[in-house]
Amino acid sequence: MRRPPLLLTDDLQAWHARVTRRAFLGRGTAGLGSVALLSLLDPRRLMAAPGAADATGVVQPLHVPPRAKHVIHLYQAGGPSHLELFDSKPKLQAMHGQPMPESFTKGQPIAQLQNQELKCFGPQHSFARYGRSGQELSTLLPRIGEVADEICIVRSMQTEQINHDPAHTFMNTGTQISGRPAAGSWVWYGIGSDANDLPGYVVLTSQGRGGQMQPIAARQWSAGFLPSRFQGVQFRSQGDAVLYLRDPEGTTRTQQRELIDAVRALTEAQPEWLDDPEVAARLSQYEMAFRMQTSVPELVDFSSEPAHVRELYGASSLDGSFAANCLLARRLVERGVRFVQLYHRDWDHHSRIKGDIAMKAREVDQPTAALILDLKQRGLLDETLVIWGGEFGRTPMAQSDGRDHHIKGFSIFLAGGGTKGGVSHGATDELGYLAVEDVVSVHDLHATMLHLLGIDHTRFTYRHLGRPFRLTDVHGHVVKAILA
Amino acid sequence: MSLRLGVDGAAWLLAGTATLALGATAFARVSPTPAVGPDFVREVQPILAAACVRCHGKGESKALLRVDTAAYFREGGESGALVVPGDPAQSLLLARVTNPDPKQRMPYESEPLAPAQIETLRRWIAAGAPWPEGVTIAVAEPRAATLPQRPAALKRDPGRLGYNRDVRPILAESCFPCHGPDGVARKAGLRLDREEIAKGTLASGTVPIVAGAPDKSGVMARILHPDEARRMPLAKSGRARLRPDQAATLRRWIEEGADWEPHWAYLPPTRPEPPATRGAGWAQSPIDAFVLAGIEAAGLRPSPEAPRATLLRRLSFDLTGLPPSAAEQGAFERDTRPDAYERQVDRLLASPHFGERMALFWLDLVRYSDSVGYHSDNSRPMWRYRDWVVQAFARNIRFDRFTAEQIAGDLLPDAGYEQKIASGYNRLLQTTEEGGAQPKEYRAIYLADRVRNASSVWLGATLGCAQCHDHKFDPYLQRDFYAFAAFFADVKEEPVGRRKPDPLPDAAQKPELDALDATLKQQSEALDARNPTPEWERAVAARRIPRFTTLEPVLASSANGTRVMIQGNDFSIIASTSHGPKPPLDSYTVRFKTELDGITALRLEALTFEELPRGGPGRDPMGGFVVSEIEVKDASGRPLALKNATASTSDGEGFSAAQAIDGRSREGGWALAAADGESHRLVVELEAPLAREGETTTLTLVVHQNAGALRTLGRLRLAGTTEPLPVSTTQGPEPSSELVTTAGLDPAARTKEQQTALAKFYRREAPELQAERLALRTTELARQAFLEAVPKAYVTTAQDPDSVRVLPRGNWLDDSGEEVAPGTPQFLPALSTGPRRATRLDLARWLTAPENPLTARVLANRLWKLCFGQGLSRSVEDLGAQGEWPTHPELLDWLAVELSASGWDVKRLLRTIVTSATYRQSSVPSPTLALQDPANRLYARQTRFRLDAELVRDNALAVSGLLQPGLGGPSVAPYQPAGYWAYLNFPPREWDASPGEDQYRRGLYTWWQRSFPQPSLVAFDAPSREECTGERVRSNVPQQALVLLNDPSYVEAARVFAERILREGGPSVASRLRFAYARALSRRPSAAEERVLLELLRRGRVAFARDPKAARRLVAAGQLRAAKDLPAAELAAWTQVARAILNLPELITRS
Repeated sequence: MRRPPLLLTDDLQAWHARVTRRAFLGRGTAGLGSVALLSLLDPRRLMAAPGAADATGVVQPLHVPPRAKHVIHLYQAGGPSHLELFDSKPKLQAMHGQPMPESFTKGQPIAQLQNQELKCFGPQHSFARYGRSGQELSTLLPRIGEVADEICIVRSMQTEQINHDPAHTFMNTGTQISGRPAAGSWVWYGIGSDANDLPGYVVLTSQGRGGQMQPIAARQWSAGFLPSRFQGVQFRSQGDAVLYLRDPEGTTRTQQRELIDAVRALTEAQPEWLDDPEVAARLSQYEMAFRMQTSVPELVDFSSEPAHVRELYGASSLDGSFAANCLLARRLVERGVRFVQLYHRDWDHHSRIKGDIAMKAREVDQPTAALILDLKQRGLLDETLVIWGGEFGRTPMAQSDGRDHHIKGFSIFLAGGGTKGGVSHGATDELGYLAVEDVVSVHDLHATMLHLLGIDHTRFTYRHLGRPFRLTDVHGHVVKAILA
Repeated sequence: MSLRLGVDGAAWLLAGTATLALGATAFARVSPTPAVGPDFVREVQPILAAACVRCHGKGESKALLRVDTAAYFREGGESGALVVPGDPAQSLLLARVTNPDPKQRMPYESEPLAPAQIETLRRWIAAGAPWPEGVTIAVAEPRAATLPQRPAALKRDPGRLGYNRDVRPILAESCFPCHGPDGVARKAGLRLDREEIAKGTLASGTVPIVAGAPDKSGVMARILHPDEARRMPLAKSGRARLRPDQAATLRRWIEEGADWEPHWAYLPPTRPEPPATRGAGWAQSPIDAFVLAGIEAAGLRPSPEAPRATLLRRLSFDLTGLPPSAAEQGAFERDTRPDAYERQVDRLLASPHFGERMALFWLDLVRYSDSVGYHSDNSRPMWRYRDWVVQAFARNIRFDRFTAEQIAGDLLPDAGYEQKIASGYNRLLQTTEEGGAQPKEYRAIYLADRVRNASSVWLGATLGCAQCHDHKFDPYLQRDFYAFAAFFADVKEEPVGRRKPDPLPDAAQKPELDALDATLKQQSEALDARNPTPEWERAVAARRIPRFTTLEPVLASSANGTRVMIQGNDFSIIASTSHGPKPPLDSYTVRFKTELDGITALRLEALTFEELPRGGPGRDPMGGFVVSEIEVKDASGRPLALKNATASTSDGEGFSAAQAIDGRSREGGWALAAADGESHRLVVELEAPLAREGETTTLTLVVHQNAGALRTLGRLRLAGTTEPLPVSTTQGPEPSSELVTTAGLDPAARTKEQQTALAKFYRREAPELQAERLALRTTELARQAFLEAVPKAYVTTAQDPDSVRVLPRGNWLDDSGEEVAPGTPQFLPALSTGPRRATRLDLARWLTAPENPLTARVLANRLWKLCFGQGLSRSVEDLGAQGEWPTHPELLDWLAVELSASGWDVKRLLRTIVTSATYRQSSVPSPTLALQDPANRLYARQTRFRLDAELVRDNALAVSGLLQPGLGGPSVAPYQPAGYWAYLNFPPREWDASPGEDQYRRGLYTWWQRSFPQPSLVAFDAPSREECTGERVRSNVPQQALVLLNDPSYVEAARVFAERILREGGPSVASRLRFAYARALSRRPSAAEERVLLELLRRGRVAFARDPKAARRLVAAGQLRAAKDLPAAELAAWTQVARAILNLPELITRS
């Protein structure tokens, strides 16, 4: 099936044109009561094709049958070491302390180890086999091991950016240049969101302990050149969960309601203004804001979760921990949010990797496994793609008692959402330096993710600065081998 | 049949590789047909190349299928394997190409394969579908015509048809969708937007356009095709067939020679004659004539002039970004002079706020911000540049001069302070301090950043697309990109690291600064000439340096409000923000954890930090501190007994290290009187070693600092040791254990690095050099103090230009590309400097030279957008071939010529625009207009749009009376939700809201942190300013409602507005409401509106009378104290009324 290309320069303008028409049709017959107005002006209704209640994005119909409806990206920021977590390298252990063969490293980009002697650094933790599939995983991840049959480990990832900030941008947008949309924004734009009172792309951040606390910028969840309403909305664990969510001091919900009603009544008293679709849409956004003021506090209140679920994750309240964010991610997905991204920092182990990575692994092991189990128990895993990984991996070479940034081979894992469980894909060389088998680029990962969501990445474009842009730029292939 | 294959083969040969050429040559010699099956390279490959690979190849793999390599071909796609070798009847490939249903048949939406081609495929499959090793298939491109070089501009014979004016609109509407720039949608490989392809030979053998011969032109044949099903545009495309007059136009144009014209924006603008129009009397200026012609052609009429109240609001927002005051409004409405409107225009153009309003759009373009952008995103305040922009617009300096001062202010012959500030333009890019970032890579990134920006800002060009390859749509070559970059190769910019502002001393200050610099140089050289003595080396070698391990901080807090934050990479605690609370005395409490077992002693370090006074470690103005007492508690909160304190300082009478553990937290202590450029340390022993509890030990440190006068620590760190006692330290800096070892080595056995490190430490530490060090330090401090008084800014300093090479595929690791000199894009008017290397100044002059076709159009288009909400070409960021064709090309050219011919007079052009009848129309669309021209592309009315982010804020502040209208100065910090910066690090920072008047400055002056821009502005689409923004999105999202409802800035503004209503609005509720509406909306409330507001007021009064405490909390919003003399409940009720008004869509809309 070939469809016309998506060259939507200004879907909003098209929408306005449609609303204008409707507004004029609607007026004079019944006037615009607020309820009629809301249904008339709800952009999601207008964007939706009849009968396509859950497909409210621009890709209609979807290019390929979708396998997943949601994405949860457990983003391990800082660059987790594949060599301590996912990619067992006995040879590297054997060569510990010996010079790294130059054949591996010559002419390769390198970060902090520039001009230093390169020595092999053996894995600091042991590996074991888990599950019926016998997946090989670090002994630091016993709980993830319990769900080993659900996950697909990709051991042949490569990226193109070797410093944190540009590498995050690359992992999120497929380019190092600022100003391009994040994958979450692309997805929300492309297939819309089923969430009524919540944004389609939610970002959660947690801070573990024992590391470099590399900064993260809000550009990582920017909508770039897509309409800005598709930007990721950060849910915070301190203060208001969403910025400016709380009513002003001294006022009540009732008063907020009265105020919004007054704003609407005042606007309705001026037909000249009400006929303006932009103004009418603004009034509907006040309603949405008011609903968010109610729905978000409920959402982040875990007291409705049974004790055994909270224990499963190891989270009792929204305390800024990775565990709490994993539980929140499940609650968001349940409510129809399309894309949830959990940033967990501090994987930047330039030194003291042995102790510090053990600490990090403890922080994420149980919650990650809990999330996969919980999704599965609720029948959500089939339709939710879980991605676990960082912006790059770490060198097989020592940097004192740690490892430097590394982009030529690292690991991530996927679960659910139409991926195969209990398998691994790709491999690095015997020292864990270069991905040599079934190499998966960041573009390939994006292409595969979009494919699982029902989108052909080559046909999903947005026109900006005179040309169609893609999440995958001009690259990317669907990694078919890992599709269930 | 063989002829057809021959054509295909030839077409594909021209696009193909050497291997393919061999195949085709063989074919030309009529090679014998192989006995078994067709020859792959010669016969099969051309079919796949022409018919399949475009959609099932490298660029695109529809249905997950690729047929460009043997491996992919065998793998098949979504529907399985393509061929069953040896069995054509079972092969999907044959089934698809022969499917009788055109919707199912491949190639999709194209002519079916010729029977002979199908037969070839059948034979190939029957023969086992062999695919020779290593053969890959590229898309067969149609053969391009070779075209003569043409001049940049064509002199158009007025009697002949013009491509741009007459022909292109027809092709664009009817043909480009499938035969244009979009490679995904393109059919049959045909592009009618490219002359060389339109006049070349297609794979099918057709020549679409044969100049002078319409009857031989494939295009004419297809648009007039007798078979309805084959006539273009195809019925299924949904596009209308060409009208007879359009077909006739095409025919005549081909007859006349099918002359192409370059893309409109690359032709020099000429001043077109305004067209004649029927509607006499309406048009005030040539602008109106151009616009009216379009309106009349559509059978429409212009809208009536807007009422005066609307006109003045519109003008005030457009020209100053502020609403008119009630007095200004009244004066205008009473002014009966015929030029009353023009007088308002002139008044507003002369307002200093005009410069601020214009700066808003310019700062988006040049990506102005206060921080570097990448990673740490540390501060790099550029406010002097911002103020220069404001002033430049207010003083209306010529745009060519404005351009030159920014790009090359430092190179101007008369470069003074202002020009240097302006040259800060070159420093506005994103930069990095990230450890491990490679200088070479970042040099390449910065050059590309500058090319993207300058070409976007001035040329409306996407030259950035040519970084890795020639531009796909515009005639920019990859070489052009690097030649353009080479202009900026002389801009001094450290690739990686902290950026320090350049001091800009005036003539009087310069000699003194030079003298200080000279002294500094001489003193440091003298010190550097000193080398370690054997005695000193022996003393160092004899030292025993206890090995300490840094403890990891987990939580940090303070008793009196000092911000204490954990820095990740080195486990230090930072308490230094310049705007943060500054309690004179404080106690810090920090909880640590460690894996150490059996800690015997602790070391508290007081660390230097550049953001502290004199570099710290203390926070008092001298950089000094007093630690009155330290307490250390174990995990259960039990204090640990401490003994034997030793320290690196011995400052001050009555102060000693021992006093820091004497149990008296109010007196004495460990002190440093003034910063000496060194970090310091205090070492204390534990009475009993601290055993590890489990895997880690937790302990808590409390640092009491009660000497007052801000003698608190700015940065500290805690470490522990498990070495046996005694553990102590000595005065002065401490050598590392490596240095101690080095000192013990025979000098001949030391490496050069070791010797250097040892010598460096000698100069820092040796007692005999104390006097010299002190002298040097004194000079440094004097210089620092002197610089406090000297303006500082980030400006351009020219240095020897770096060499610039074309980077193959943009890869900075690849040095194989050609080295290029500065140069302008080859197809635009040439820049000639003879043998002299062209400079940034040459570039600036070239940009604004009369023959440059782009700059004036780009600017005129942007100015039009300021006045109508959209550009004449809506793609204000791209006037290239992929940009939107302007709705009124003649008008845009007319404006561009007006601009450059007037001496680049920006104010004059704006005046021309805003005094036109077009501008003065009502923005309320008639039902006809709303239906026929919803996007207002004809300008038969004004456009209505939501104010930009900063103006939303300014407006609320202005209406309430809170706005501080002062111009310029360092950026300010309006309220921001706490913790918004939690993910910044190196160092960690927090937002400190500006006190006093600075809180109420215009949005323009908000501190612009690229990685986390002010969220209340972001909600209204303010950009991060990482890249050039020519057009802000105008979104309509719930976050905007949340900001206007709940952001303390708006709640405070509402309360202040309410105070004003109560004081100035007269005695009655009705008069107060009228006052409020006049201020906020420049009009009277209707009876219906009054009823709504009265009800809101009534409810507020009831609620707040019932809960006076709530009333007091509401009116306490913000830093400004609420009026004491107004009853809180009444004020709170009116605050609700004011909030409603401040939330009205009408208030934030320019109409």
